[in-house]
Amino acid sequence: MNETWKLLKSAPPTAMFGMIVILLYILVAIFADVIAPFGEREIVGAQYEPATEEWLLGTDNLGRDMWSRIVYGARNTVGIAILTTILAFVVGCFFGLLAATLGGWVDQLLGRIVDVLMAIPTLIFGLLILTIVGTSVFNLILVIGFLYSTSVFRLARAVAMNVVVLDFVEVAKLRGEGLLYIIGKEVLPNILPPLVAEFGLRFCFVFLFIAALSFLGLGLQPPTADWGSMVRDNAVLITFGESTPLIPAAAIALLTVAVNFVVDWFLHLTSGLKD
Amino acid sequence: MHAIIKMIGQRLALGLLTLLVVSAIIFGAVELLPGDLAQEILGQGATPETVAQLREDLGLDRPAYIRYFEWLGGITTLDLGTSLANEREISELLGTRLYNTLFLAAISAVMAVPLAIGLGLLAALYRNSIFDRAINIVTLSTISTPEFFVAYILVLWMAVITGWFPAISNISPDTAFWDHVYRSFLPALTLTLVVTAHMMRMTRAAIINLLNSPFIEMATLKGVAKRDIIVKHALPNAWAPIINVVVLNLAYLIVGVVVVEVVFVYPGMGQLLVDSVSKRDFPVVQACSLIFAVTYILLNLTADILSILTNPRLLHPR
Repeated sequence: MNETWKLLKSAPPTAMFGMIVILLYILVAIFADVIAPFGEREIVGAQYEPATEEWLLGTDNLGRDMWSRIVYGARNTVGIAILTTILAFVVGCFFGLLAATLGGWVDQLLGRIVDVLMAIPTLIFGLLILTIVGTSVFNLILVIGFLYSTSVFRLARAVAMNVVVLDFVEVAKLRGEGLLYIIGKEVLPNILPPLVAEFGLRFCFVFLFIAALSFLGLGLQPPTADWGSMVRDNAVLITFGESTPLIPAAAIALLTVAVNFVVDWFLHLTSGLKD
Repeated sequence: MHAIIKMIGQRLALGLLTLLVVSAIIFGAVELLPGDLAQEILGQGATPETVAQLREDLGLDRPAYIRYFEWLGGITTLDLGTSLANEREISELLGTRLYNTLFLAAISAVMAVPLAIGLGLLAALYRNSIFDRAINIVTLSTISTPEFFVAYILVLWMAVITGWFPAISNISPDTAFWDHVYRSFLPALTLTLVVTAHMMRMTRAAIINLLNSPFIEMATLKGVAKRDIIVKHALPNAWAPIINVVVLNLAYLIVGVVVVEVVFVYPGMGQLLVDSVSKRDFPVVQACSLIFAVTYILLNLTADILSILTNPRLLHPR
């Protein structure tokens, strides 16, 4: 515990800043009900009320409290991005490790499938599939998780390739351990650091991707409070010189910058580089 | 020389195969609809007879692979089918929009490429200086920012507050060239900022990677002047990574236009794609996806081939 604390204290200012921001977001997401003065869907005033003491940031296009919606957005937008990233990792790591451990035609087949899937731009592919299956939260998580599992697959396979040739894996195979045991107990623990860093980076991509989709009106659907669609719904205020609609967008940017800073530091630590 | 031709041939064949598979995926995705297209268009309340009739009209009663080849054949003659929403020819809908999107991407590329390569080179040469660190933080922040955030900040500043540029790109087919440039300046600037950040970081990484290679160290140890190291030793080897970076980012640019076009109501293909997705106008979505995907794949293929062609190790085999 003491060690961890020392390590955290030695973090460069950028990483420190990143960790504080991430912690804040987590707190806001967990305690959204306590922090937000109004409900997520509650209509509290007229449309586009200016900011007063009652409404910290004014009201939105339907007369809902902007500040409360931003607070709830932390839970919805970030929560869905995390779920999606986890799905992408479970699928990507499983198949990546499978390909690396089994090798041969399984590796070839999975590799070629991923090549083709990655040849299509993610946004375009995502839009195409969402047109067909429709935009519900469940579909969104499934489709985006699947799309992003391809790059996780590549990384997991690449790093696992260096591990599967080592003696202890060979020993486990000779001992007659099952495939799942080898993947889970022998290979996975040895490739965790790059995967953790990748998780942070992938989270940023997924988060930005969901925000973009919501902004296009094809992501989280109303009346769920969500940062991307909040920008879209209130964008008209910008043409009147109001900057409130930019706040949810800034909230997105701040979190991704924070995560990137922490990942940068983490990569430095685990790569053992000093400069 | 023989080896190069063989390698390029392989890449072209692989690219062609990828194109075919991708087109099959784009076509086949619609087959995944629960029920089929006819059922989807008419909704739940339709009688089986009307559904069967529409199915026949759309030619859905024939096997999927036949329709796929017809679709492919149609595309080669620029016949992309008709839109479900307004029954217009898709090729007619796409014509000027495709031009507008390419126009936007071209202006952005003209601004972004020199800027990114210049900054990337400087950052690599003055590695770990204050300049390098500052630019690292700036580009990292730009990459982490949603495109629409950058876009709206520019709108707020350069359109609403100062009034220099229009906030909405009102472009019609008979807009004059310079007027077109002026009206698409803000979306182009947004794209430039986003792409420059990516491109600059990739250029920096590629050059640093290069400067760390043994032959540069050898040249330094031999006492070659610093300028000659850069011009004679580093540059010929740097073309491949730089061209790669540029082309990859152009591919990114083509896709990045989607969000930016929506912000500025720019009449391009991204806007059309998004509209059609929300209307669930499948033929138009398919056509747009195909064009985006093909452009993306072709640019990646170009990057591959150019990096083979400029690789000194391949050009001067022993």
